[in-house]
Amino acid sequence: MNMNFSEEQKMMRKMVRDFAQKEITKEIERMETEDRFPKELIQKMGELGLMGIPIPEEYGGSGMDYPSYIIAIHELSKVSATVGVILSVHTSVGTNPILYFGTEEQKKHYLPKLASGEYLGAFAVTEPGAGSDVASMKTMAKKDGDNYILNGSKVFITNGAAADTYITFARTGEGNKGLSAFIVEKDSPGLVVGKKEKKMGLHGSSTVQLSFDQCVVPKEQLLGSEGDGFKIAMANLNVGRIGIAAQALGIGEAALEHAVGYAKEREQFGKPIANNQGISFKIADMATEVEAAKLLVYQAASLVERGVPCSKEASMAKMYASKTAMRAAIEAVQIYGGYGYTEDYPAERFFRDAKVTEIYEGTNEIQHIVIAKNLLKD
Amino acid sequence: MNIYVLLKKTFDTEEKIAVSGGKIEDDGAEFIINPYDEYAVEEAINQRDAHGGEVTVVTIGDEDSEKQLRTALAMGADKAVLINTEDDLEDGDQFTTAKILEAYFEDKEADLILAGNVAIDEASGQVGPRLAEYLGIPYVTTITDLKIDGENATIEKDVEGDVEIIETSLPLLVTCQQGLNEPRYPSLPGIMKAKKKPLEELEIDDLDLEEEDVEPKTKTIEIFLPPEKEAGKVLEGEVSDQVKELVSLLKNEKKVL
Repeated sequence: MNMNFSEEQKMMRKMVRDFAQKEITKEIERMETEDRFPKELIQKMGELGLMGIPIPEEYGGSGMDYPSYIIAIHELSKVSATVGVILSVHTSVGTNPILYFGTEEQKKHYLPKLASGEYLGAFAVTEPGAGSDVASMKTMAKKDGDNYILNGSKVFITNGAAADTYITFARTGEGNKGLSAFIVEKDSPGLVVGKKEKKMGLHGSSTVQLSFDQCVVPKEQLLGSEGDGFKIAMANLNVGRIGIAAQALGIGEAALEHAVGYAKEREQFGKPIANNQGISFKIADMATEVEAAKLLVYQAASLVERGVPCSKEASMAKMYASKTAMRAAIEAVQIYGGYGYTEDYPAERFFRDAKVTEIYEGTNEIQHIVIAKNLLKD
Repeated sequence: MNIYVLLKKTFDTEEKIAVSGGKIEDDGAEFIINPYDEYAVEEAINQRDAHGGEVTVVTIGDEDSEKQLRTALAMGADKAVLINTEDDLEDGDQFTTAKILEAYFEDKEADLILAGNVAIDEASGQVGPRLAEYLGIPYVTTITDLKIDGENATIEKDVEGDVEIIETSLPLLVTCQQGLNEPRYPSLPGIMKAKKKPLEELEIDDLDLEEEDVEPKTKTIEIFLPPEKEAGKVLEGEVSDQVKELVSLLKNEKKVL
């Protein structure tokens, strides 16, 4: 696996690093203490073309490839996993379904707004009773003249209170073939943004419940045909998982880099704690795992770019990178010692942010199933 | 308006500088656009957007300098010129650079040339003023504001924290100081466009120069790193005694009084 980044990708990585260091770092405290959604950052990212990285230029995007998009999530997440998940959800599952399944009219209307950051995208599939088991979804969509009427509720909707459009899944019939997808606008009558979750980590990202109470959605907002919902939900699974894998990679790498810096500076018994084999071996393990995660993540991204089926590789990347982030964060807190347990140092934030990467976008248990099925089929 | 930017690549400010064999090690080092030159690029783009014309970024360097030129193109410059001296010149100094630039500008009709106030590596701040002298045009250094109205320019110049207001006329060379503007990040569409923008590569031969025409006028005798910073000294005891001790230290140990 050779990560031969092009000159454009290297230039972009430098830009994203500079942007994250200068612009995002100063917002972290507000995001952490006030749980405030960083809307000004999203606007700036839109101006820089970061909100539509893999969207073609003709639809107002930056026209770059998937590995470039993954570089951006990785680098942003090294500074803020919150910004990483906002971008990942917005692009992978908030915008891509319109690019791949939208009519020309839908694409012309929505993609330029989403790619420029004028609109923020979200994805509403999970329900109180339908998490990993997507097919048990209960939200209903009934055709009524020129509209569909949606009834039901969704939970854990990332970007929820800040989004302008929700790719929403609802039932128009029985079974997997009875699921349909809609582009629901935030001001749709009957759409209520409900309780905001108080989360362990990812402070500043908006995670809400949505209620659809006789919610009116014009029939032109149907994405694909009736019954295409399951296909649409599954189609962007790989990109979504690799996006979260990249976020986890960013958290893991940040934990490693901060731990290395601290271990070299912190002195006990008259020498830096990095000189203790116990600490240095931890760092060696963290670095090895982060490197392995990096290879898995960028390999999966390059498979997506080349159009090679890669559900196994995407699941491996997501599962391994998220485990790596969690382990690296645990060790970082340990290396920081008592200070690692305080909010004055970033280790505890990595620790809290890492956990969810093992849960969302398919729990790691689901990733095990996907990988095993790929290996054991036939 | 024909606007030119003089650009230099410098070590990334994050890099640790290592010296070996009397030279600064640059193997594997990351390079960036000299931060003061970024102000120049930003200002050039703003002036072009306000008055029309074209921004050409010029650098003297090696093959790798293309990266910094492409970054300037991604920020919004229109054209780039790389004067590659890698095969022709062993050494160079500010004289060398200014002489090559003089030859480059000989047949150009530049209205405005912008450069950084200094490069963060050697911090001499000489190339801009030298070039203006050679070209016989006015120059103003360390500018923090530039307003152009027709042929006239009104400039604010940083003078050790104070501001001097200068009126002059085009063609003009200025060197840019922190505070002039906030350089933009290269946007992704900008990065994608940059690779299609024209980048001309020249050698000193193309400028009718021979190696001896630009031979450096200075010789570097030695390069060494500054001594490592030592821990500060905390004085103790009665304040009057501390003052006495401080004065004596400044006088006898540091010899600054």
